[in-house]
Amino acid sequence: MSRLAVEAQGLSKKFGPFLAVDHVSLSISYGSIFGFLGANGAGKSTTIRMLCGLLRPSAGWARVADYDVLTEADRIKKVIGYMSQRFSLYQDLTVQENLEFFGRVYGLNGSKLKSRITQVKELVGLQGLENKLTGKMPSGWKQKLALSCAILHEPEVIFLDEPTGGVDPISRRNFWELIYKMSEEGRAVLVTTHYLDEAEYCHELSLIHAGRIIASGGPREMKKNYFPGNLLELACSKPLKIYEKLKTWPEVQGVSLFGTRLHVLVEKEGLQKFKQRLESLGLEFSLRLINPTLEDVFIHQLEKEAEKDKANGHS
Amino acid sequence: MTSMSDLVLKIKGLGKSFAGVKALDGVDLEVGRGEFVCLVGPDGAGKTTLIRLICGLEQADRGEIEYFGRQQKKLGSKERVRLGYLSQYFSLYEDLTVEENLDFFSRLYGQARNQELVERLLEFTRMTPFRQRQAGKLSGGMKQKLALACTLVHQPDLLLLDEPTTGVDPVSRRDFWQILFNLQLQGKAILMSTPYLDEAERASRVALIHQGRLLAFETPDNLKKQFAGRVFELITSDPQSWYKRLKSQAVFLDLQLFGDRLHLVVRPEVQVSEIAEFLINQGVKVEHLEEVPPGLENVFIFLINKSGGQN
Amino acid sequence: MGTVRIKPVIQKELLHIRRDPLSLVLLLVLPVFILVLYGYALNFDVKHLSLAVVDLDNSQSSRELVARLTSGEYFDLKYRPEKVSDLDELFDHEKIKIALVLPENFGRDLVSGRGPAVQILLDGTNPTPAQTGLGYLSNILMQYSTNLNLELLNRFGLNKITMPFAVRTRVWYNPELKSSKFLVPGLMAFVLMVIIVLATSLTIVREIEKKTMDQLLLSPLTPAELVVGKIIPYLGLSLIGAVVVLLAGWLLFGVAVKGNYLLLLLVVVIFLFCGLSQGLLISTVASSQLVAFLLSGISTLLPTFILSGFVFPIRNMPPVIQGISGIIPARYFLVCLRAIILKGVGLKAFYREMIFMTAYGLVITFLSLAKLKKSFFR
Repeated sequence: MSRLAVEAQGLSKKFGPFLAVDHVSLSISYGSIFGFLGANGAGKSTTIRMLCGLLRPSAGWARVADYDVLTEADRIKKVIGYMSQRFSLYQDLTVQENLEFFGRVYGLNGSKLKSRITQVKELVGLQGLENKLTGKMPSGWKQKLALSCAILHEPEVIFLDEPTGGVDPISRRNFWELIYKMSEEGRAVLVTTHYLDEAEYCHELSLIHAGRIIASGGPREMKKNYFPGNLLELACSKPLKIYEKLKTWPEVQGVSLFGTRLHVLVEKEGLQKFKQRLESLGLEFSLRLINPTLEDVFIHQLEKEAEKDKANGHS
Repeated sequence: MTSMSDLVLKIKGLGKSFAGVKALDGVDLEVGRGEFVCLVGPDGAGKTTLIRLICGLEQADRGEIEYFGRQQKKLGSKERVRLGYLSQYFSLYEDLTVEENLDFFSRLYGQARNQELVERLLEFTRMTPFRQRQAGKLSGGMKQKLALACTLVHQPDLLLLDEPTTGVDPVSRRDFWQILFNLQLQGKAILMSTPYLDEAERASRVALIHQGRLLAFETPDNLKKQFAGRVFELITSDPQSWYKRLKSQAVFLDLQLFGDRLHLVVRPEVQVSEIAEFLINQGVKVEHLEEVPPGLENVFIFLINKSGGQN
Repeated sequence: MGTVRIKPVIQKELLHIRRDPLSLVLLLVLPVFILVLYGYALNFDVKHLSLAVVDLDNSQSSRELVARLTSGEYFDLKYRPEKVSDLDELFDHEKIKIALVLPENFGRDLVSGRGPAVQILLDGTNPTPAQTGLGYLSNILMQYSTNLNLELLNRFGLNKITMPFAVRTRVWYNPELKSSKFLVPGLMAFVLMVIIVLATSLTIVREIEKKTMDQLLLSPLTPAELVVGKIIPYLGLSLIGAVVVLLAGWLLFGVAVKGNYLLLLLVVVIFLFCGLSQGLLISTVASSQLVAFLLSGISTLLPTFILSGFVFPIRNMPPVIQGISGIIPARYFLVCLRAIILKGVGLKAFYREMIFMTAYGLVITFLSLAKLKKSFFR
């Protein structure tokens, strides 16, 4: 079907004895949004740096926009855009000055630079804000400006490294509208984020842990394939009172408080048992099966990995 | 829900302006013992200002704050030591180790070196293995957990947390929740601001601030009841192009595009069969259509639009 | 104010210092380094000036004169060109600073009492050594010519004749007129001031910049407790720095303290108090560590160096500048230090200076605490 913008096979990176990235394979087609999830230090940044041609893989290969990361790294830099939460705009320059500076850094000048800046401003909605001082804009706008600076040179592949940290929901929605526009223009987008409700916006997801990809698929697939238990919402009169009790039941894998309700994770086979026990307590309650969030999936997978590590450590 | 004696914080008509711009405009709020109140709102809505006013780091222009059941114009030293404050900026000594930071803050409150308390907090925050590590070398999530532990060291009764989970990874965030939950069980009162609405789902009550005014102060459930609409999840191939085509249709109050599905927000009286018919007439190949409970994000956007839109 | 909360602050500061050993070393080694650097470089003594003599006479008298000139350590006879015109090149290439031309028949004219004219040529690019050199040279020449006169008179049997009066010079406090003796107290003032002002201002501004101040503000800690706890470690460090400078001054330049050590300690502590207050004041206005650094640098380096009388005598300054130097604590500190270290005199000689410094410190501390309280502690 669609052509691949990013393709990696067995990509690995060793820092001394430490295997930071361990045989990572992934593919992103043009026009698709790929969410790359993982905790701090799981290997996200190292993988991205290899794909950007900033770091040489220890093993494996990858092609980005048809260029080989091993032999054509300098060409890759010209066809990708990169933006991160830490992306440093010049706070004391105006919007226009930042755009012009970053455009020139990417080798644009003259009428080409002018027309691209106009196009990008229109796309992002920065018109009329040209003379605003960057430092004085709300963080949502700063993020849009940072993205604008990263796409001036019309990159085919865009890397967004935690682009929306600390932004309110409305700004975040606006930002994602932009990302969808990028995808409609046929660009491939790779996003990393800590906020897994945001991962719902991606077409494809991969979860990386300890350098290895431990789960991948679309958002719905992930929830279906990687979350075996039942997530129940329990509403009752005294949730705090029964919290301690629930924790001791063997079929209960986790309990947390959501407002006045409890979310209880129950083993797949333990649902009946759980209901019986609950009824025996003799209090009024209502129970509802709910969809897990991607965060639930993520945490569940990481806990599974931690158990595996433990088991391996003991054997 | 809370009896008067259990009231830890009561705010009446609080107002504050900076250089003539109203940051807070008559906010009423109360937090009871064992209650976890989440403060949500767009950037610049006044969340941080409200928390700083409560801490006494800023002075209010108008209104009253009552701490621990006593009306208090000025935050006295007796009340001050019962507060714990954590800001969105990591505010610890990066060149000191985890343990040294905890020790310093506990002694600042005039407590003798309390090894037991330090141990308990380390355990509580799952930081014990990192006790000798310099704070500057911790990950973002662990730093915030340590900062939280440091604000707990003098065992405050009211915790004021200003966007504490910004830049915190999901695993540390879960730990953070567990800690806050345990604190709630201990009867502490928590007031926390956050830009993330999934966090607000966990709150006992949610305070929505917009342009310095309190738009709503309700339990998440009641807040969702204020939402005049139904949300349907539509699964179809190529949701992105359908999103563009359906966006302009008057029947939808709001459309939310996700990676592999669409959320359609409609008026409460609209039935699922009507939507299905409408979609099929439009040519959508409906794989799956189901009503889902509204998220706080739906409510949030609905309430802000109702109050006159953003900005 | 309670020690319960001051102690943890002190211990925390000590931890900060320990985690950053480079700064500690810098704090203690830098003074010695500056002392060595300036002790040798800022040398106003003029010695071993390169001298050229054009002896057109080459008689016994002329050779005797030249021998006299070079017997001391003031002049090094580097060249003996044959023609006066050769001197041009020597001066141009800075091979010599001073030249003496003895005319033909110098010796004969001398003996016959005709008073030959001796020419002195100087490189005036740097006026200080030129003037000093000229002074030495004239002095030696005068002495030589006086002696000759006496000799001459004696030869004519007038052996009862002496000069109208004899000059016996004795220099007090610094008999060899060594500038290092003069410099050590000045350097001490300089070093102490820089350390204490920088350390104090940076340590407080860092709390503001790193946002840790908010946490401290919400704790029971009072501004006075915070300030006292923060400065005690640096006070200790500065005192160690002062001892290091004194020791180095003694070992390297032989400057021993003549006066009372306790009095010296007292004066140093009062001066440090001035520095602390100044650092505190800077911390209340500086928004970042960089600004604090610059402000500390400017407000200590320049005044202590230029306006305190450390290098340039205050009486030579224009009246306005003299007025400004009147509010520089280092100026008063220098008076005290020189009195104690070089003169070994008692309190009576400098109690006014001590009172001024104390007042300065009190006023500035009061101002900055008020400002600190207003901006942070409400």
